[in-house]
Amino acid sequence: MRDASPAKTYALHVGVIALLFALNFVLPDYHQGLFARIMALAVFAMGYNLLFGYVGLLSLGHAMFFSAGLYGAGLAVYHLGWGVPAAFVAGVACGALLALVIGLLALRTSGVAFMIVTMMFAQVFYLLILYFAAWTGGDQGLVIQQASRVIAIGGAPFDLTDPTVRYMSALALFSIILLVTLAVVRSRFGRVLVAIRENEERTKMLGYDTLANKLAAVVASGAICAASGAAYALLFGYVGSSFASVQYSILPLLWVLLGGAATTLGPLIGTLFMYYVTDITSGFTSAYLLIVGVALILLVLFFPKGILGSIRERWLRWLP
Amino acid sequence: MMPLLTTKGLSRHFGGLRAVDGVDFALMPGEIRAIIGPNGAGKTTFVSLLSGRIRPSSGMVVFDGADITAMPAYKRVRLGVAYTFQITSVFANLTAFDNVALPVQRTLTDGRTRGQVRSGVMAALERTGLADRAGTLAGQLSYGHQRLLEVAMGLALKPRLLILDEPTQGLADSEIDNFISLVREIARDATVLLIEHNMPVVMQLADRITVFNSGKILAEGTPEQIRANTQVQDAYLGATHG
Repeated sequence: MRDASPAKTYALHVGVIALLFALNFVLPDYHQGLFARIMALAVFAMGYNLLFGYVGLLSLGHAMFFSAGLYGAGLAVYHLGWGVPAAFVAGVACGALLALVIGLLALRTSGVAFMIVTMMFAQVFYLLILYFAAWTGGDQGLVIQQASRVIAIGGAPFDLTDPTVRYMSALALFSIILLVTLAVVRSRFGRVLVAIRENEERTKMLGYDTLANKLAAVVASGAICAASGAAYALLFGYVGSSFASVQYSILPLLWVLLGGAATTLGPLIGTLFMYYVTDITSGFTSAYLLIVGVALILLVLFFPKGILGSIRERWLRWLP
Repeated sequence: MMPLLTTKGLSRHFGGLRAVDGVDFALMPGEIRAIIGPNGAGKTTFVSLLSGRIRPSSGMVVFDGADITAMPAYKRVRLGVAYTFQITSVFANLTAFDNVALPVQRTLTDGRTRGQVRSGVMAALERTGLADRAGTLAGQLSYGHQRLLEVAMGLALKPRLLILDEPTQGLADSEIDNFISLVREIARDATVLLIEHNMPVVMQLADRITVFNSGKILAEGTPEQIRANTQVQDAYLGATHG
């Protein structure tokens, strides 16, 4: 599988990015906005996938990394008046730092205990956001004004509230993270991560410090999820505590499972699928969650490895 | 000549069971040493203490003049102590290539070898006769080939000491002959310590044999000395060689 067809692999990924670029000019306004949101959240899913899909660590607390980026960027703009680029960096840094601390503590456990420990920390983070309502806006959240969401590059203002600028910004972040993930999983580091997922004890006996590698993966995953959160705050202007709730820890797991764990493009496909199934069914009936649930069950029954995971298993063995 | 590896009073207790009980052991560089003994004699526990997979209750392990008793397993591997598992534990969902790439890139990172991952992997696969199966998932290889892949992974670590835990278990007779010549070839650059139940293999391969019984060394010597040892015959060989 590896090294079999790097040209084909890169062509596919660049092709997907080009397709998303072209969609900006043909999609109706409503879908253009939805796609921007999906691409920003697909970054969240890709960050989750790095840890869950490749290292095999199931976290139920990734909402805290997403919201660390969300609040890190949002509060920097709201209270400190920072510019967009600095706020974005602040958000990512918050997520990476939080991931380092949480990783050091949570990686003492594995399996079910790891799920519970990460979930507990995420709940603590959620409650802290509510507790410090004076700064965070509590359950009301904060709205970041349009004037704060403009980047001046060489004198030309880029208004992130403009649909096309927003779409292109989301696409740029998505593309960078997609290519970074692809590079990571094809690298020596990526090979070690997969080895840890397959058999950690054996990996140690090949001379690898598996704890250090897992910690690096947690930090990378946390930073990517925080990048998604920071982008979300800056692109859509809303910073709310619901993004830190347990629901947002489960959603990336669902997106990744649907799209295909341990596939580079699976997170995008899963996020896209979930958003559109919800969007389309809610147009017909108020019981749309029932339909979403049935769709999920059917997928798990017939595509147990997710959409892209099953395609890879049956037809396209070379997919990364 | 200084021994490559020595243990002093090495012990490991599991509750009241003394699995390894005060073992003093020395291994000279370049030799092929076999460890034999009845089931439950503590052989696997002993080599696990050497590789660092298990911590000793007391005693010490010295490798190449340095005390490595407290060193975690992954660091011992980097020093050159490689261990292949009794139960085949290749990465079943990875290709044979990726299985061997893991140890190869480790030695490259440590600066113990130079070159490309690919050439290092192919060299190890060719040495074990698996080169034409590089792209096959390890789980789809035959059992004998999986054992060979396990050896290829051990080889690719460029070990100074290669510990093989029952390497011929489950191999067909024809595969065993190949295996014996492979171990002889490995022993040209590395010291080999193997646990083995197959007595013809032990007698052909080993320079010296250490016999374990109840967590202690019962006897040690050349194959001829061990064959002639009446204590060993009572404890172990008697059962198989009547």
